[in-house]
Amino acid sequence: MERVAVRDEGTDDHVEVVDEVAREYAGRRGALIPLLQKVQSRIGYLSIDAMERIAERAGVPAAQVFGVATFYSQFRLAPVGRHIVKVCHGTACHVQGALAITEAITNELGVEGEGTTADGEFTIESVACLGCCSLAPVIMVDEDTFGRLTPDEARKIVKNYGD
Amino acid sequence: MGNPGTRVQVTVGLSSCGIAAGAAAVMRAFEREFAERGVDARLKRTGCIGMCYREPIVDVEVPGLPRQTYGGVTADQVGRIVEEHIEGGKPVDEWVVRAEGRELPDEAYYSSQVRLVLRNAGVIDPESIDEYIETGGYKALERATTEMTPEAVIQEIKDAGLRGRGGAGFPSGVKWELARRQPGNEKYVIVNADEGDPGAFMDRSILEGDPHAVLEGLAIAAYAIGATEGYFYVRAEYPLAVKRLELAIADAHERGFLGDDLFGTGTSLHVQVKEGAGAFVCGEETALIASIEGERGMPRLRPPYPAAKGLWGKPTNINNVETYANVPWIIMNGAAAYAAYGTDTSKGTKVYALAGKITRGGLVEVPMGMTIREVVNDVGGGVPGEHEFKAVQLGGPSGGCLPAELIDTPVDYESLTKTGAIMGSGGMVVMDDTTCMVDIARFFLKFTQDESCGKCTFCRIGTKRMLEILERICAGEGREGDVERLEELGKSIVTSSLCGLGQSAPNPVLTTILYFRDEYDAHIKEKRCPAHACRPLLTYGIDPENCTGCALCVKVCPVGAISGDRKEVHVIDQDVCTKCDACRQVCRFDAVTVR
Repeated sequence: MERVAVRDEGTDDHVEVVDEVAREYAGRRGALIPLLQKVQSRIGYLSIDAMERIAERAGVPAAQVFGVATFYSQFRLAPVGRHIVKVCHGTACHVQGALAITEAITNELGVEGEGTTADGEFTIESVACLGCCSLAPVIMVDEDTFGRLTPDEARKIVKNYGD
Repeated sequence: MGNPGTRVQVTVGLSSCGIAAGAAAVMRAFEREFAERGVDARLKRTGCIGMCYREPIVDVEVPGLPRQTYGGVTADQVGRIVEEHIEGGKPVDEWVVRAEGRELPDEAYYSSQVRLVLRNAGVIDPESIDEYIETGGYKALERATTEMTPEAVIQEIKDAGLRGRGGAGFPSGVKWELARRQPGNEKYVIVNADEGDPGAFMDRSILEGDPHAVLEGLAIAAYAIGATEGYFYVRAEYPLAVKRLELAIADAHERGFLGDDLFGTGTSLHVQVKEGAGAFVCGEETALIASIEGERGMPRLRPPYPAAKGLWGKPTNINNVETYANVPWIIMNGAAAYAAYGTDTSKGTKVYALAGKITRGGLVEVPMGMTIREVVNDVGGGVPGEHEFKAVQLGGPSGGCLPAELIDTPVDYESLTKTGAIMGSGGMVVMDDTTCMVDIARFFLKFTQDESCGKCTFCRIGTKRMLEILERICAGEGREGDVERLEELGKSIVTSSLCGLGQSAPNPVLTTILYFRDEYDAHIKEKRCPAHACRPLLTYGIDPENCTGCALCVKVCPVGAISGDRKEVHVIDQDVCTKCDACRQVCRFDAVTVR
């Protein structure tokens, strides 16, 4: 699971968010992952500040928090774009041409492979399987799923979100 | 659930797939249409109907008329369905895909299926506990806790021959008994809903379509084992499943099917949902436990097995979604009725997610022991178009690819293991002559390599080395001896890894070498990809006979590799061409050739 950690210091807000969320999970066993999930859903990613505060509040070493955060693909260590485009690369999508879908979208948005556009509008990710295999190839933009796509349709869908 | 009799009922399939295909918009269109026309009808939601290839699907039941199922419904079609069918009493035949009393082609999709696990999926409203109860829901839990001893429940499951549906096929009754026999009062039951195999969506569909059945199965297991706490570990990518499950838990709690003193028997069970955070390895039971405990999901050495020492060090039973969903049916109908389905050693039914190059892809449930041919051709309608069936991939990244020669293999645990594939959790991806088997091997290995947790050296580094070799072969840089090196590495990884992920990671490579060696040789020796899938090995050209000089390809080429004036034959500059296939897709005259 390769991932590049971007050192982002975060702001005081992040510490406050952690404190607020941590109160909810106080005294619960195995709360570290839900804690990270909740904090990320609030601030969009996990900053170094947030992770250090989580370690303090959970009473575990910061290394352990960082270890968990980097282990699971759900956690992001850098801010993301306003829209998240997930291109499914599951088996069914792969045999139905997911690669061409990724290419169409990255060409449209002018990014190389995965990552965030320069204007911070879109983050493009490849995901293993969205579980809509009968509609392959599939993409998910934010909470909406689109299936049975051609590269051209995928391009248009993403374009619509930009407006 | 039949039509109540006097009222029109319209049912819309609202699973994730349905919604992605536009079912929510169809539902809204019906709402609007009913309101505008003042139609008195019951509009209800249901889960996955199973005919994913026909989504969005709408069932219309008009009193006095046979029930009709519409497929591929769009919001624009709703007005006509309401006007002609619901108000006028005349179904819109050309959009109907299934109808009582009519023999439509889609009937074949259902005729060989036996839907025990999927008995309610696509029938009841998954967000209504009352509908579940009306179908006999929670009667099995009542019977188990009030009329049966825990030992009798376990015996029933053993007699039914139920085996784990998550992949390995361990007898569930034996697993429960091991946990039952452990001393102590603190025990746990867990539902493994971390369905990570790409190409599999059985568990998602069951949870979205009939969450109470899984919950009831879990509660019965908890009673049998003596557990008082339960967990659902669900993939975070399944938000709708999580939502429906949480609602089901809250409703069941309110009705007294969960909580303390169930049915006045003194047994209690409290259940919570844990969302996974995206790690395939957490489908392995010890890794899943580590994840619930808030740690990195890394597998632990077994024994001790979770039955003895699981969550928080206490006896724990883990089964997957489909396994639990079978339990209420077995308790209500008896072990013998269940064991009447299937083969000598694989009893009951199995749910498959049929996808890939298949005419009728979707969620199917068939008796164990049905052959691949029957599933792919009879149920699935075979490969679409003029292409040829080449292989079926079973078991995802832990499984293997079976060639057309083995199409008569019965799908049961033992027969599949003999071929080098595995039953797995039920993903069945069909491939045709446009699928390159070396590329598929590379695809799966890339997945397992990414998902290897890193604990075992061979899994961590061995898969990396194998992937490098496969990438080289697909790039046209394969060397003599590569296949032998892959086999050697693969065998070492199988024997030197702690958990199922590593032990099975080489399967897709080893089975494709076994059955499709000629494709590896074509890549390595002739630098040729017979399926035309590995781009670096392709050459795009323009057939002067067919080219009309319409310049469409010139326009779509993203790198400007195509030149030629209008009405003149175009030419592709091989040094610039990125082989993106855009020109071939756009050409209306079949003039773009691929070699």
